Amino acid sequence: MTLKTTPLHAAHQRAGARLVDFAGWEMPLHYGSQIDEHHAVRRAAGVFDVSHMQVVDIQGAQAQSFLRHLLANDVAKLKTPGRALYTCMLNTDGGVVDDLIVYYRGDEGYRMVVNAATAEGDVAHMRAVGESWDVAVKTHPELAMLAVQGPDAVAKVVPLLPDELRTAGELRPFHAVWGKDWMAARTGYTGEDGFEIMLPAERAESFWDGLLRAGVRPVGLGARDTLRLEAGMNLYGTDMDESTTPLVSNLGWTVAWEPLDRDFIGRTALEKQRAEGVPAQLVGLVLEGRGVLRGGTRIETPAGDGVVTSGSFSPTLGVSIALARIPAASDHSELIAQMRGRVMPVRRVKPPFVRHGKSLLDGTR
Amino acid sequence: MSDTPQDLKYSKSHEWVRVEADGSVTVGITDHAQALLGDLVFVETPEPGTQASAGEACATVESVKAASDVYAPVSGEIVAVNEDLADGPERVNESPYGDGWLFRIQPSDTAEIDALMDAEEYAAMVESES
Repeated sequence: MTLKTTPLHAAHQRAGARLVDFAGWEMPLHYGSQIDEHHAVRRAAGVFDVSHMQVVDIQGAQAQSFLRHLLANDVAKLKTPGRALYTCMLNTDGGVVDDLIVYYRGDEGYRMVVNAATAEGDVAHMRAVGESWDVAVKTHPELAMLAVQGPDAVAKVVPLLPDELRTAGELRPFHAVWGKDWMAARTGYTGEDGFEIMLPAERAESFWDGLLRAGVRPVGLGARDTLRLEAGMNLYGTDMDESTTPLVSNLGWTVAWEPLDRDFIGRTALEKQRAEGVPAQLVGLVLEGRGVLRGGTRIETPAGDGVVTSGSFSPTLGVSIALARIPAASDHSELIAQMRGRVMPVRRVKPPFVRHGKSLLDGTR
Repeated sequence: MSDTPQDLKYSKSHEWVRVEADGSVTVGITDHAQALLGDLVFVETPEPGTQASAGEACATVESVKAASDVYAPVSGEIVAVNEDLADGPERVNESPYGDGWLFRIQPSDTAEIDALMDAEEYAAMVESES
């Protein structure tokens, strides 16, 4: 199978990327050292090519009521154009089909950004559900998307934006501005300040080059994963999938139960799970000793066994951290990890682990 | 393209061996191996004084991606380990044939050194694996 490439493929090769297959796309894993790239985002600014993610616009007279049915969070909360919301899209069993950000664009409807690995199925699902609504589901393969993240991101990005987007620097988190064909949102997947920027594919390379000239470091998927893990953000496909509900994935806060008469897909199943008792929880773990928690590592608790859903080394903290799904009944703070034939004590913490460059592990949280 | 110095010997499991003037051998992992592993975050070296048999796991290198055993390329006593790696595992990535060496063995059978691959053979093996 030929791998798909983004409009920045040549730019990645010039930057010395090690390219790997990610969900059918040839994407940069790193450009030399993923740990250095991780630190660059925590301390200065880094740019990620996320053009493999899919932009989906929902337009039409019933766009809002359609999305209020399709998504577990409630787009009616988005009262002014430019507001954004994180949400899960569920199946009728309450399992997570995908997690996504939805932006309200006023008269232009709504824009969603969905994961690359699930994009095709997501769009098919939206179109199938949308058949009984007056809506159009439109994808935008002609758009590239870059995420620029880090404490210096705003200062580096704003001078490079088209004039119509210059107000991006004043955006609050989870707000967006757009022009004719660009859009800039104060969102990201790292726990740092920054933007996610959608722009025409043919403009992507010059924008990328401008960022690099301004000292922004290219960052690959390797650091993207350790950054999001430190930020306590779930990765679709490992921390949650169609067999897990938001309630066992530390995402109960994204489910809008009110108003009670909003009939969203998966609601009945979630209400049943809530009434019968949620069986599991997704928690954060820290391994103080030497070694790295990995996906699949068995976690022993007095209330039964659990499993690491994603684990890695935290470059900011200098130790291994993980997200793990353990029995809901376990409220113990000291747990046991079975690692490569060794038994290691792990400490349970509430994610996130790191925010805005600072450890959240100690202190009075 | 990874670096494969001509003056070293190589094992199938991606260790390199350099014969020192005193007859001991220095062991590390190859440039190809460190590139495959990605950034190292922990290195566990053996205790000096332990006896290692050729092919036996005697060190562990753990990267952001995976943990991997390092095997003794030859049998003998571990006579030195690179203590600097405990706080600086990135040395293995930055200088796999220099500051990133792992341990030294006093070989008990020098014929085992001769049986290892030379640079050309190792490069050909890497090529065929990719």
